[in-house]
Amino acid sequence: MNPQKAELFGFASEERFRLADQSSSIGERGFIQDVWIRLKTNRAALISFGMVILILLFSLVAPLLSQHRYDRGMIEHQSLPPRWPVLERIGVLDGEGKYQEMGLEDTYYFFGTDTLGRDIWVRTWKGTQVSLYMAFLAVVVDMILGMSFGMISGYYGGVIDLILQRIIEILNSIPTIVIVTLLVFVLKPGILSITLAIIIKGWIGMSKIARAQVLKLKEQEFILASRTLGSSDAKIILHQLLPNIFGQVIIMSMFSIPNAIFTESFLAFIGLGLQPPLASLGVLISEGFKSFLVSGYMVVIPTLVLAVLMFSFTVLADGLRDAFDPKMKEM
Amino acid sequence: MVRYIGQRISIAVVTVFLILLLLFLMLELMPGTPFNDERLTDQQRDVIMEKYGLDRPILERFFKYMQLMLKGDFGISYTLNKNMPVSFMLGQRVGVTMSLGLQAVLLGLAIGMVLGIISALKHGTWLDSAMSMIAVAGVSVPSYVFALFSLYVFAFLLRWFPIRYNPSAPGLSGVLPVISLSMFTIATVARFLRSEMLEVLGSEYILLSRAKGLRESAVISRHGIRNSLIPVVTVVGPLVVNLMTGSLVVEKIFAIPGLGGLFVQAITVNDYNVVIAISFIYSVMFVLVMLAVDILYSVIDPRIRLSKGGPA
Repeated sequence: MNPQKAELFGFASEERFRLADQSSSIGERGFIQDVWIRLKTNRAALISFGMVILILLFSLVAPLLSQHRYDRGMIEHQSLPPRWPVLERIGVLDGEGKYQEMGLEDTYYFFGTDTLGRDIWVRTWKGTQVSLYMAFLAVVVDMILGMSFGMISGYYGGVIDLILQRIIEILNSIPTIVIVTLLVFVLKPGILSITLAIIIKGWIGMSKIARAQVLKLKEQEFILASRTLGSSDAKIILHQLLPNIFGQVIIMSMFSIPNAIFTESFLAFIGLGLQPPLASLGVLISEGFKSFLVSGYMVVIPTLVLAVLMFSFTVLADGLRDAFDPKMKEM
Repeated sequence: MVRYIGQRISIAVVTVFLILLLLFLMLELMPGTPFNDERLTDQQRDVIMEKYGLDRPILERFFKYMQLMLKGDFGISYTLNKNMPVSFMLGQRVGVTMSLGLQAVLLGLAIGMVLGIISALKHGTWLDSAMSMIAVAGVSVPSYVFALFSLYVFAFLLRWFPIRYNPSAPGLSGVLPVISLSMFTIATVARFLRSEMLEVLGSEYILLSRAKGLRESAVISRHGIRNSLIPVVTVVGPLVVNLMTGSLVVEKIFAIPGLGGLFVQAITVNDYNVVIAISFIYSVMFVLVMLAVDILYSVIDPRIRLSKGGPA
């Protein structure tokens, strides 16, 4: 054997050991730990994860710590530009002299105030809570409705599958905007009608994924074994199938988050979502848009927060999927 | 083949029927009437209700309504433009929205394809990662954020383009709306085409065409690009949805007199014939596009109709 060949074999066996090592450690570590270890190598996803956590913290803590309220302002403090305690000395975010004009030397509005004198700092973080609620809702709807619908459809097959799939096709053919409009029409513009719209349409994509997974799994031996041992359908679904697809489902459900956040902010922007004085990022962007040529900060700040939040969730979802299973990229 | 198409068409018909029923029922459930004027006495209200046929039994109203809708007669506007036929109001605006949407799709497809192909060919280089970043941004940042941003920078600060859209002679004023509308298309097509093309380039028939000595450019253009373009048909559905929602906000931002703006206006003043008409148009358009995509795809790729009932 010449040295070149030996090297080749040596490399190959080393590689095999490495792979074997990896696969054995997957069994020992938990699923979350495993995903986390692989996620750590993806810098973009890690930064996005940090951003999401940061935004979450701010949205929860900032409204509590501030002395201002999101729904009440002082009308004499209207349209003040952003002002920060330290940064003003170097000439950025210094309130453009408006604070001094009004004799408010000791007042600082980090993000400025709106045309009614409400503090945009508090309103932005309060509004972010709504976006995060949408994110939470999207995942819950995916997990509960999408997963059970898909699993039932895939597991039972036959007539049940046929009927459920036709229902999905018809639901899928009705544009979301039409459903939301009708809901807004019947109920009132607000968080309830948006929530209902997500419940009606948000889970369809996930049900397809869950169904495809179950179709693949249900032919395997361990399901057959379980059935031969006399397990009921419910037991097979809950104890055999569910644990096997759960990880995939929870990661794929991350992909519905940006969409749900977008839906809420979009509806608020065109006036069909939350209504002022309630705050959501869409409401703030919509309000700021009315005077954005005069005071750009009113629209720029909530827009930035929204864009960063959606971008981070997308990159994080991408990263999680890659960390969980690079083969899922095509789905 | 015929059976597959027949099945698709019947689903589309059922969907349109259900949409009509839904629209009708929702409005029945809606609180209040279109005539909420405090000054109307009960008798006056009854007279108006009779005039518009709102006092007939529900089933009769539904069938009459379905008949009229399918003929394109959407009744008259109650509040927005009193007594003006809705079809007339729509006629003025459909053209504007359609032409903007079409331009956005064409532009988006062209740019998205170029970006996708380049990043697949330069796979793994900085160019690829930069383009992937752009694509992720395009998918995750809402179109109205782009619209606002471009309006602020290019129309307000730099004054390259007019701020308001000019419907009679779009010219330059149409540039920003079309670009903001097409962002999502660009990103989606680029992302999709990239992964598709990478798969195709790794396949055996590409290896074969290289092995038999075809020039690299011929391999890429004749085998690579052609075969990766086929599945792009499947993303058309989501793109159309996005154009609809996108047009609502982009029309608001650039003050474009299109369908989307009218829709929003009509909802806020409870002008329900207008809302129904536009919802109906949106739904039918969407159903038709989905139908066309399904049929087209089954014609191009026989595996779809052969694998009956496979995972969607």
